[in-house]
Amino acid sequence: MSFAIFAVFTVAGALAAMILRNLVHCVLALVLAFTGLAGLYIQLGAQFVGFAQILIYVGAVAILVVFAILLTRSHEPPSRLAVSPGWATSIFVAAAVFGVLAWSIRSSAISALPISPHPEITVRQIGDALMSQFVLPLEVIGLLLTAALVGAVTIAMREQRRMK
Amino acid sequence: MTVPVNYLLISAVIFAIGLAGALVRRNAILVLIGIELMLNAANLNFIAFWRYGPNPEALTGVMFALFSIGVAAAEAAVGLALIITVYRHFHTTDLDRIDSMRG
Repeated sequence: MSFAIFAVFTVAGALAAMILRNLVHCVLALVLAFTGLAGLYIQLGAQFVGFAQILIYVGAVAILVVFAILLTRSHEPPSRLAVSPGWATSIFVAAAVFGVLAWSIRSSAISALPISPHPEITVRQIGDALMSQFVLPLEVIGLLLTAALVGAVTIAMREQRRMK
Repeated sequence: MTVPVNYLLISAVIFAIGLAGALVRRNAILVLIGIELMLNAANLNFIAFWRYGPNPEALTGVMFALFSIGVAAAEAAVGLALIITVYRHFHTTDLDRIDSMRG
């Protein structure tokens, strides 16, 4: 039952984020979709990933997108068409991708998997794994985030007029 | 008890919505949002396969999803910085009007 609620929230939020005209409304719908996904993660037994999803996506990425939207407010009249000229082809491509995915999911062997009991994982186990088995990826992602931070600041920094 | 197929179907729906949005919308920020939705669909697949896979105590799917969230955050930061720079140059985020490199 809770699966249905979270699934409806997620799909409705994602749809609204892609359909609505007002960009700020799009981000609010996106927050709804991300929260629904976090609920699905928690329901699947991955509590830590669910809370990380809420912290990072709802807390950071959505705020970042709102900042970008407010910084790039366009002065044009909002009556212009919001979709690309070739939108029918794009919709068809997306529907075809979904058709192929759904067909392969339906015909795969995963529907015959036995329902295993809920895996019990604690944050302690995740921390242990991050510090032993996955320590190299952890360091690499720290490096990546540092590089992305410096890169984002460098890209978005206003170019100074060069003095002669 | 929900079967894994439902999670995979939800993930496929979100992926298709994100793909359609990234292809259809003209605003660069909404294209980025579509890409984020597709990344999230992939994360849901990781978690679903980890939950119903043979070795959930190995934590591989959870780790992959966590690292994927981290990479997506870095991608969002750099992508939005690029969009802001492009807006400063062209005074628009409409992708169809940023066509100075059209052949």
